[in-house]
Amino acid sequence: MENRASGQHISHLFDEEMENIRHKVLTMGGLVQQQMEDAVQAFITSDQALAEKVLLQDEMVNNLEMDIDHDCIQVIARRQPTAIDLRMLISVIKVITDLERIGDEAGRIAKMAIRLESTDYYHDQYHELNHLVDMVKGMLSGSLDSFARMDVEGVAKITRKDEKVDREYTSIIRQLITRMMEDPRNITRMLDVLWTARALERIGDHACNICEHVVYIVKGDDVRHLSQDELESKIQK
Amino acid sequence: MVVRLKPAPQSTLSSIKSLIKENRINNMTEQRTHAIDMSNISMAEKNNEQVADTCIKVENLDLFYGEKQALFNVNMEIPRKQVTAYIGPSGCGKSTLLRSINRMNDLVDSARIKGKILLDGEDIYDKAVNVADLRRRVGMVFQKPNPFPKSIYENVAYGLRIQGVNDRRILDETVEKSLRSAALWDEVKDRLQDNALGMSGGQQQRLVIARAIAIEPEVMLLDEPASALDPISTLKIEELINELKEKYTIVIVTHNMQQAARVSDHTAFMYMGELIEFGATNELFTNPTKKQTEDYITGRYG
Repeated sequence: MENRASGQHISHLFDEEMENIRHKVLTMGGLVQQQMEDAVQAFITSDQALAEKVLLQDEMVNNLEMDIDHDCIQVIARRQPTAIDLRMLISVIKVITDLERIGDEAGRIAKMAIRLESTDYYHDQYHELNHLVDMVKGMLSGSLDSFARMDVEGVAKITRKDEKVDREYTSIIRQLITRMMEDPRNITRMLDVLWTARALERIGDHACNICEHVVYIVKGDDVRHLSQDELESKIQK
Repeated sequence: MVVRLKPAPQSTLSSIKSLIKENRINNMTEQRTHAIDMSNISMAEKNNEQVADTCIKVENLDLFYGEKQALFNVNMEIPRKQVTAYIGPSGCGKSTLLRSINRMNDLVDSARIKGKILLDGEDIYDKAVNVADLRRRVGMVFQKPNPFPKSIYENVAYGLRIQGVNDRRILDETVEKSLRSAALWDEVKDRLQDNALGMSGGQQQRLVIARAIAIEPEVMLLDEPASALDPISTLKIEELINELKEKYTIVIVTHNMQQAARVSDHTAFMYMGELIEFGATNELFTNPTKKQTEDYITGRYG
């Protein structure tokens, strides 16, 4: 990170504007994280009130997304940022899109929780999902962490986890199919579990995207669409 | 320290191209009603691929004003028919370096140089070099427009007249061609005999550029050519620079970083008499390799 500009801008106002944007992104990240955890909780425990809360929070997340976009456009128009400032702003615009999508996925899980509650299916604890939930939670908080600290050290670990998540997702599908074949009455419920697993897997992908944007901010390297090995060698550089 | 141009990174476009070669994208387009024209996209790549044919080569250049050293071991290769911009804080040596390319520093008594500047492979500081000839090949435009107190026509014809050209037809042709190249013809064609000092600042600056073009130099040195102009005139000069690079190698010094970003193909960042970083403008403004460059272009000096 030798070439990272560390000092402050000559213009204090510029510093404040950038700090303000950074702060809002982290707030948005916190909200989305909360949303995802609540949604999973609501799904597992059939907690309708909690699910409703997730849906309400979605509006806050959407507003924040538009607000941050607006701030970034203002700074670009007024200050013609370059180098790390430019990379930061462009990446922020992309990061918040990913965050907003994570919020959407959480909302999807919450809606499923509400629907499940209104039916009279028995509620087991959806154990199939436990492991996947833990991994995706870890990825999301890890990616927000690397954004907060502008640190690419942990990135490779997170993207490696994504491969595990994909494998876990495949094995969940296999499990669900087996149970559907055992007893067709399971199918409706299994489909809901499947959609939730799908949403979680997508959240993992978005977390990886955030990590890639952090690498671009810090290193200036575009590491999207690379294999794990290529990505790791770029980060080492 | 030798700073060379980095080779253009292998772009993703080449992978698109290879897809086209394998007919995978073409097959796709056949099924669509709208033609997908990939030829436009490849333009960006062409720009990157311009082979850097060196026009001016600076080798181990030190420059002293009396006891004070103003340039420290500068090495760089300025590519032909492209725009190279120097940026850096005041007193960093960028104007000094620019002026040494057509030996303007000869006019400063205490100035002394070590090292070489090669124009097309020939050292311009060689004793055999005729300075007037050199300056004919390397034209210069300054911060403040400096037209002669003569008519617009005579200003542009001046260079030819001192070369002994007096044929009216040649003069007329050259004046029109130069004024057209400087994007000034339409504005002044009906008043060529008016005094040049009656023009606006932006017009005067373009007139001075026309005067420099009239003798068909190889290299144009521009020292802050737009810093005294309003935004519209500035944009006209920038547009002009973009057209002139078809024919000339252009080196520009500017305090306006955004201007360097807009007009140049390559940018050199100088600080305290040293060349810190020299590279493709696209790279330098998005991902500079040196911390000093990063600090300067993001406004972190102070």
